[in-house]
Amino acid sequence: MTVTTRSSSDYRHPILEYIRQDRLPHIFCSACGIGTVLQAFANALRSLNFDMDRLVVISGIGCTGRASGYFESDSYHTTHGRAIAFATGVKVANPNLKPVVISGDGDLFAIGGNHFIHAARRNVDMLVLCVNNFNYGMTGGQMGPTTPDSAITVTSPDGNIEHPFNLVSVAAASGAVFVARWTALHARRLTKSLEKALQKKGFKFIEVVSPCPTLYDRYNRHGSGLDVMKRYREISVIRNFTDPMKAEIDYRTRIVCGEFVDTEKPEFTDLLASQAAELQKR
Amino acid sequence: MSNMPAKQILMGINGDEAVAYAAKHALVDVCAAYPITPQTIIVEKFAEFVANGEVETEFVRVESEHSALSACLGASAAGARTFTASAANGIELMHEVIFLTSSIRQPVVMAVADRSPSGPINIHGDQTVSLAQRDTGWIMMYCENSQEAYDSTLQAFRIGEHPDVQLPVMTMLDGFVLTHTLENVYLLDETDAHKFVGRREPMMITIDGKQVPLKLDPKTPITIGPLQLFDYYMESKLQHSEAMEKARPVISQINNEWAELTGRKYGDGYLQPFKVNDADAVIVTSGSSAGTARFVTRQLRAQGKKVGLLKLRTFRPFPDKKLAKLLADVPVVGIFERTHTTGSLGGPLFNEIRSALYDHDPRPIILGYYGGLGGRDVTPEHFKSIYKELLKIKDTGKAPRYPIKYITVRK
Repeated sequence: MTVTTRSSSDYRHPILEYIRQDRLPHIFCSACGIGTVLQAFANALRSLNFDMDRLVVISGIGCTGRASGYFESDSYHTTHGRAIAFATGVKVANPNLKPVVISGDGDLFAIGGNHFIHAARRNVDMLVLCVNNFNYGMTGGQMGPTTPDSAITVTSPDGNIEHPFNLVSVAAASGAVFVARWTALHARRLTKSLEKALQKKGFKFIEVVSPCPTLYDRYNRHGSGLDVMKRYREISVIRNFTDPMKAEIDYRTRIVCGEFVDTEKPEFTDLLASQAAELQKR
Repeated sequence: MSNMPAKQILMGINGDEAVAYAAKHALVDVCAAYPITPQTIIVEKFAEFVANGEVETEFVRVESEHSALSACLGASAAGARTFTASAANGIELMHEVIFLTSSIRQPVVMAVADRSPSGPINIHGDQTVSLAQRDTGWIMMYCENSQEAYDSTLQAFRIGEHPDVQLPVMTMLDGFVLTHTLENVYLLDETDAHKFVGRREPMMITIDGKQVPLKLDPKTPITIGPLQLFDYYMESKLQHSEAMEKARPVISQINNEWAELTGRKYGDGYLQPFKVNDADAVIVTSGSSAGTARFVTRQLRAQGKKVGLLKLRTFRPFPDKKLAKLLADVPVVGIFERTHTTGSLGGPLFNEIRSALYDHDPRPIILGYYGGLGGRDVTPEHFKSIYKELLKIKDTGKAPRYPIKYITVRK
């Protein structure tokens, strides 16, 4: 009887072909949710057998902003807040491309907030994947537009007094055709939503609530990254197609997850092309 | 401590923290800021003061740098003493409001943690972004170390709010080299600092024959920042220029007052010469590089080489006459700047200094050096090599055909 032994080098991680292996190891902290999100995204690309020649991964500044450097596709690391404006340019110049913006809550909703609402309003074909960790991680844990009421950060050491955005509600109100929220715990459901969004035309938005064990969760005494994931399991409920305005997000009580919006409306570059064709006929 | 008239506290802090303490001691009414490396520690430290109730400042954590300076401008127009801090892309995003702040004469103080502009994206230090603000009409001061960052930031409130001046002031500290490096810094006792800096008094203006404060006050309603086209725009610019001219004596006066209070003096407030008088070759530089260059100058002097250093502290208003007086008789001058400009003969320091010396006959041979870009180390060896080249030119009398060089760059 012959016994064949296989060494670890014989096994190849299924998403490796989507990753720039020369960029590894990545910079993310252990127990950060960004890794889960990027893996879910790679898995979605894989299960769709997505045409990587059409994919453009675009990110802004911050921890999640580093995402664009890790994908084996065309990518661009823009300045703070400008990822969506850049993606709009990419899409308009070559409507055949599929821009995917992967960035954080601070980048997309504070300094880049204006671009978000207007790209959603125009319904520019892109997927915006937002990792929401409730603070600016890269610069050391300052409060931002999603920091919950009374949360502790380095710029709100006495508790945050500002009202945070409910991102899915902002996206829906601004006109996104697909809106979903998951936590970093919901890796499988997130992957399914990503698959759906990648196949859909128009402005799609997926928020992923993520632990930040190094800064936000440490300042707020939420325990380890694992503790935060356990907490997500306790408090998250799935309510597909609930009113995004009512999709609450509160670490003390409940995080409502699910796909809230899935609708159709004419896409911006299609409208541009048809208007241009119309005008040329005159 | 004998040369220190006022009681001072020695603290081990970095440049960012030194600036935060200066803002605290300056009794700032409103601070609005947005996080950006390497400025972040300033705002974090200040947030701590706010949280501990150590300051009475209204602190706004705005959503971008454009909003930060806009909020400061609004607060200042309402009469508040305001402070903000930023860096690199933050300053670039603010650019619109940077012009606005000086044009409508609001004495906002802003610390700039100097960092290279994107792109390629870089978070480390050079002075390209701050020097790119040279036409915005702000008073601009470069700091050599954390002590100077504290000193200049406190002085900035007095200079900017002076009744003859009423202009915003930016104080620059080199990213990471100063912002994140621990140093011994003497801080004033708070009472002495408060006495020095005082409270902001609004500028008085005449409207319909009546004296009213230039601030948004329902008792004396005025409009700040209205449209001015070809009718008045140029006159506003001239007034702005006049205010900048009036800042010249004020900067020296405040520098002297500070010296009496603390024992620390930065030349005449503009330039700090070191062994320049009889020098065969002089390096001019600004910011933290001046410290490294001084170290090398001292070493070479000990070896009998006649070299000197001129540190440029205040860039706006530019001390052209003072500079020409100090440098006109020096045979060879090398200007080292942590700036990069393309498509022009040399960077802003090179151009302004060369222009200041144009009227002198004979003029020094002037060379420009780009270095320390994107946080690349500026070491004593670099200054030694520059001095070596300058002295060789002095000996041979031969100037290189093209006066601009990059140091420590791979081809």
